[in-house]
Amino acid sequence: MRVSLFVTCLTDLYFPEVAESVVRVLHRLGVKCDFPADQTCCGQPALNSGFIDEARAVAARMIRVFEGAGTVVTPSGSCCSIVREYFPHLTEHDPDLHARALALAERTFEFTEFLTKRLKVDLSAWDLPYPATATFHYSCHNRGIGMTVEDITSVLRYFRGLEYRPLVKLDQCCGFGGTFAVKYGDISGSMLADKIECIKATGADLLICNDGGCTLNIVGGLHRQGIDIRVRHIAEMLDEAMRNGDNARLMRGRGQAPVEGLPRRPAACACGHDRTAGGCS
Amino acid sequence: MSTAGHGAGVPDFKRQAAAAVADRRLQEIFDRATRQKDDGRRAILPELGDPLAVRNLAAQIKDHTLENLDRYLEQFIDQIRRRGGQVHFAADGPQARSVIVEIARGAGARLIVKSKSMVSEEIELNHDLEAAGFEVVETDLGEYILQLAGEKPSHIVTPVAHKNRQDVGRLFADKLGIPYTTDPPELTMVARRVLREKFRTADLGIIGANFAVAETGTVCIVTNEGNGRYCSSRPRVLVCLMGLEKLVPRMADLPVFLKLLGKSATGQRITCYTSLITGPKRPGDFDGPEEFHLVLMDNRRSAVLGSDYMQTLRCIRCGACLNACPVYRKIGGHAYEATYPGPIGKVITPLLNSLEVYEHLPQASSLCGACLDACPVRIDIPTHLIRLREELVRRGRSPLAFRLGFKGWRLGMSSRWLYRWGAMKARWFMWLVSRNGWCRWMPSTGGVWTRHRDLPVMPARPFRARWAALQKELESEDGGDAR
Repeated sequence: MRVSLFVTCLTDLYFPEVAESVVRVLHRLGVKCDFPADQTCCGQPALNSGFIDEARAVAARMIRVFEGAGTVVTPSGSCCSIVREYFPHLTEHDPDLHARALALAERTFEFTEFLTKRLKVDLSAWDLPYPATATFHYSCHNRGIGMTVEDITSVLRYFRGLEYRPLVKLDQCCGFGGTFAVKYGDISGSMLADKIECIKATGADLLICNDGGCTLNIVGGLHRQGIDIRVRHIAEMLDEAMRNGDNARLMRGRGQAPVEGLPRRPAACACGHDRTAGGCS
Repeated sequence: MSTAGHGAGVPDFKRQAAAAVADRRLQEIFDRATRQKDDGRRAILPELGDPLAVRNLAAQIKDHTLENLDRYLEQFIDQIRRRGGQVHFAADGPQARSVIVEIARGAGARLIVKSKSMVSEEIELNHDLEAAGFEVVETDLGEYILQLAGEKPSHIVTPVAHKNRQDVGRLFADKLGIPYTTDPPELTMVARRVLREKFRTADLGIIGANFAVAETGTVCIVTNEGNGRYCSSRPRVLVCLMGLEKLVPRMADLPVFLKLLGKSATGQRITCYTSLITGPKRPGDFDGPEEFHLVLMDNRRSAVLGSDYMQTLRCIRCGACLNACPVYRKIGGHAYEATYPGPIGKVITPLLNSLEVYEHLPQASSLCGACLDACPVRIDIPTHLIRLREELVRRGRSPLAFRLGFKGWRLGMSSRWLYRWGAMKARWFMWLVSRNGWCRWMPSTGGVWTRHRDLPVMPARPFRARWAALQKELESEDGGDAR
C-alpha cells in the first residue's frame, strides 16, 4: 500500500522527528510513503483569522499538490480537519475545484485514525516496550474528526510497561487556537495554565499529544514552568518501541541496535512482573 | 470581580477578560458550575437512545419552521386571536417596551411579577417599567437575587452563576434584613416568603416563551421553581414577550424540544414545571388571566432569517454551549458585556446588535468546537464565528500587522522555495532572540505568545530536508531483510 504524507507546516518546521516516525512506522507496517515536495500549508491560520481570500488561494494550491496522491496521511488532527471540514466550503465558488476538494477530503486521514480505522492494524505481534506513566491530551480536532478517546487508547494498550492515567477535563481545549493565542493571550494563557495543572495532577512523566498546534502550546507552557514532562506523538512512541522491542523478525532489518537515549526494555521485578506497569512494590 | 455587568458605556472585552482571568474566585466558581452541568448533560443524553438522531430531528424541525416562518406566524397569531388573546408586534426593543408599558397602564397595574425571560433582558424591559412607576419583581430565584444586587445575569439559564451561597447570604442580610446565613434551603425559604406575597397581590404577569406552538396558539414555558406558572395563572393580566423565532409547528413537535432542553441545560430528564398557556381564561376555567397579550418581537431577527447565519435562530437558549466552553469557564458571563454570553452569544450578539461594537466576541475563541458538540440543535457555532471574522476582515477591522502578515504568508505558502526561505529567516530570528533553544521573549505579536509560554527554536533541518536521508535509512532496513 502507498500513501502520501501531508506533513503540515508546524510538524515540518517544529517537530520533524514526528513526521520521520510516521514514515518509519508506516513503512514497518508495509505502507510506503510519498512526500509531495511542493506542499506547504493547508491555509488554516488565514481561514481561522477571517482572511478568506488568502485561505482559498493556499487551499487551492494544496488541492493541486495532492491531486495525484492516493490516500493522504497527516500527523496532525487539526490540519486534517481543515482539509475534511473546510476545504469543501472554501471551494464552493468553483464547482471543479469543489469536486476535487471533496475527493481530497474523503481520502485524507489523521495518522492514528489511519492506523486504527483504515489499516485496522493489529499491533499485538509487535513487542512494544515503552516504560512510562503517560497521560493523553485529547485534542479538539481529534474529536472534531470523529476520533474517540477509545480509538487512541486502543493503541496505547499495545505498549508494554506503559501506565495510562486519564486527564481531568480530558477534552477541554489547551488554549492554542492559532492566532487566538496571540490575539487573546490572557485567555489563551489561562486555558493553558489550566491544562498544565491537569497534566501535573496525573503525576505522568509523558504526555501523548497528536496535534502539532497543541504540542507547540503545551511544550512551551511546560518549559516556561520548568516542568519535566516529555511530550510525544503516538507515532514517535511506536517508532521508538518498535526499534527497542524484540522485533527483529518484523522489522526485517537484522540486528538493528536500539536507538541511543531511548527507553529500553523495562526492568523486571524479581517476580518477573513488569515493574513499570504498576502493581508491584 | 467586575460584576457591574453590561449596559454602561462601550464594551471593553479585552480589559474585562484580563480582569476575569486574574480572578481566581471567579475561575473556581465558573469552572465548578459549568463542568457540573456539562457532566450532567453528557450523563443523561444517552437516555434518548440515539441522542444524535434526536438532535438532528430538532434541528430539522427548527429549520423547517424558520423556512416557513411567515406561514407559521400567521397560523399562530390567528389561533391566539381566536382564543381571545391580543397580539402586538414590536420591530425592536423600544417598541416592545412601550407596548408593554401601555398594556400595564391600560390594566391599571401597580405590581408586576416577572418570570425569567432572556428576551426581556435583551431589551432591558424592567428599566422602562420602573421608570413608568410600576413595581417589577423578578420571581426566578436567581433573577430575584440579581435584582436585589442590581446586577446582570452571567449565564442564560443559571443567571446567578457568578455568586456563591456566601454572597447570597450577605445580600439577603443586607437587603431583606434577615440574620446572615449560608444555608441554601433557608435562603430559598426567605425568598419564597417574599415572592409568595408578590404573586398573591400582583396585577400583571410577564413571561417569556421557551417555545410556541403554531397549530394551537400555545405558549410553552419551563421553570424549575414553578414561578412561571404563578406569573401566568394568578395575575389578572398576562403579557408574553417572545422573539419571533420561538415557534414550532405542531404540539407533537414540542416533546422533542422538551426532552432536549432539560437534559442539555441542567442535566435534568425534564425541567420541573412545563406550562402550556393557550389564550386567556375560558368560562369554567379554574384559574388563568382574564387578559392575554402576546408581544411578538423582531429586534433584528428577521435580518438573520434567510442570511448565512439563519441556523443561529434554531437556538433554544439551553446554555449547553456556555457550560462546555473553555473560554466561558475562564472569563465567566459578565466579561462579554452582552445579554447572551458564551459561544452562541459570540455569534448572535454581533448579529442582533453591532459587529463593530462587539468585534472581539467572534474572535475570542480557539474554535475548539466544544459548543458544536454540546448544542442540542446542532448550530455550527465555530463556522459562524469564522464567517463573522471574514466579515470583520472585509470591513477592514483587522489590524494592519495581520493584513500585511497574511499577504506575506500567502506569498510564502505559494512556493516551496519561498516557504523554505521564510522558515529559514524565521529560524535565524528565533535563534537570535533565544537561549538554549528556547525563546523566552519575542517582539510585537510574538510577545503575546511568550508572555505565557516559551517557544522552541525550530530545528535546523525541517522534515523536508531530512526526507532523502530517511529514504536511505528505510532502504537499509529493507536491505537487511533481503540479505
